[in-house]
Amino acid sequence: MTVSPAVSSPHASSPQKGWYKRNEIAITPWLFLMPAIIFFTVYVVIPIGQSFWISFHQWDGLGEKTWIGTANYERLLGWGDQNMDRKFETSFWNNLRWLVLYLLAIPAGLFIALFLNQTVRGIRVYKSLFFFPFVISQVVVGLVFSWFYLPNDGLFDIITGWFGIDVKGGVLGNPNTATYGIIAAGLWPQTAYCMILYLTGLNAVDPEQVEAARLDGAKGYKMLWYVILPQLKPATFIAFVVTIIGALRSFDLISVMTNGGPFGSTRVLSFFMFEESLSEFGFRMGYGAAIAVVLFFLMLGFIGYFLYSMYRDEKGAR
Amino acid sequence: MFPKPLEKSSRTWQISYQLLLPFALIVWLLPLLAVANFSIKPEADFVNGNYWGLPSSFEAFANYGKVFFESNMPKYLLNSLFITIPTVIGAVALSCMAGFALGIYKFKSNLPIFFIFIAGNFVPFQILMVPVRDMTISMNLYDTKTGLVLFHIAFQTGFCTLFMRNFIRALPFPLIEAARVEGIAEWRIFLYVVLPLMKPALAALAVLIFTFIWNDYFWAVVLTQGPGAQPVTAGITEFNSQFRAAYHLMSAGSIVAALPPVVMFFLMQKHFIAGLTLGAVK
Repeated sequence: MTVSPAVSSPHASSPQKGWYKRNEIAITPWLFLMPAIIFFTVYVVIPIGQSFWISFHQWDGLGEKTWIGTANYERLLGWGDQNMDRKFETSFWNNLRWLVLYLLAIPAGLFIALFLNQTVRGIRVYKSLFFFPFVISQVVVGLVFSWFYLPNDGLFDIITGWFGIDVKGGVLGNPNTATYGIIAAGLWPQTAYCMILYLTGLNAVDPEQVEAARLDGAKGYKMLWYVILPQLKPATFIAFVVTIIGALRSFDLISVMTNGGPFGSTRVLSFFMFEESLSEFGFRMGYGAAIAVVLFFLMLGFIGYFLYSMYRDEKGAR
Repeated sequence: MFPKPLEKSSRTWQISYQLLLPFALIVWLLPLLAVANFSIKPEADFVNGNYWGLPSSFEAFANYGKVFFESNMPKYLLNSLFITIPTVIGAVALSCMAGFALGIYKFKSNLPIFFIFIAGNFVPFQILMVPVRDMTISMNLYDTKTGLVLFHIAFQTGFCTLFMRNFIRALPFPLIEAARVEGIAEWRIFLYVVLPLMKPALAALAVLIFTFIWNDYFWAVVLTQGPGAQPVTAGITEFNSQFRAAYHLMSAGSIVAALPPVVMFFLMQKHFIAGLTLGAVK
């Protein structure tokens, strides 16, 4: 860096200064942004476009791509005289099940957060131990739950056995229950996540408002609904975002616990896509890309909503 | 405070709360306690159907010893480490700079760029999978740690930039203006004014990314195969096929695989939670 002559004020762009020095404020942000933008463009932005492109081809991942127009989509969604791909149908409905049931993590997390929002001795340790499941990898969570669900020897089977309920083939071996079994496993860490969001939110609830409401005779549900929940809105929003994204990204648990089975009954779009593109049945990258595009559009609805909310906040902050 | 503080409640509720608390915790962590119990049992227990009872003998040393000395587990753990650490450094470095640019400077495309970073963060992995895998293969990085690291850095930059930018936004702007009046170069402002104030954000991001990347499974399966480069999440499935139905070893392996982020979490709890709950409070 050169030392500028003492006569000129640092603001005035005197002609002796170099081009960079004169445009420093305009150029610096781009220099700082460049590495992140390059990485992000190469690995995230461009591949999205490429996936669209690949989805119009037949491709085994190695040889030449053959342009087949919308044939992948026709086969997948059953346009024209074809039937919808049965696997796609199962995956799509399972995705909806995941979405709806995964949202239970939000009220469950709120419930636990309310339960833990006290000041007794050792409560901090309790809070972090309750949060524990979120830190563990989903692969391990999946393994643990698959042992829990073991037919005959699994704890779940033993306990339901006391009530005379017997799930044929074990929870994960039965096509009617397998998806729900996996979702329950997923809810465990997700609830922990929502809990920690709400605990942080509860911490910031305005105590004066609560006291005022209490003096007005509000308590219990009424207090929660009209006084506390409105103040927890930011926490609820984030919980909603991460839960929706988590539900649509579900892959690890399915892969570890059932690998899509039994009889393909636990497939979701993300797993189905992986299976079509990289499975032992052969590499159908074009078809896989088409599935990914459909999943992308499903998520785009949510992403659009999230971004819109954030954008509104951003405008409000100015 | 809501719900009503315990001190103001009835004596019965106070006592039952104190009793309920440990009970609830045990129920909540039952799956984990069960695995921990599995991992110290002798094999005979599983043969005899004693899955969930107390171990008939204490075999922790034998089981964990097998994991460490008779399997590929140490190799997978090292791979995970060599994937996770560079990713953390790379993603944090890139997003520090990007966050600085987006948080401090006003220019036309500021918000659009920021929103591209956020949006990319929500995208399903599957739409990136085929092209990223193809690109990694053509760069000769398939089945290498570098291949995984490069992708992880790029993808995590989205979330990290969101985080950093909002953090820098909250710093007192007059500080930067004062530095500018002094005639300090912009890059020096970043290095000597902003960066030291970002320490809490750096710590929070570092632990978060460490956990995310350590626990990643999808990309590990897509971009690597075999013990040469695979991280522990993917390795555990191979480990399990090596010890099929040997629950005492599989559970010991799982615990070892899950441990590093857990340790990280307990060491840096405050930062971890601060990072995770970003935006949960306005």
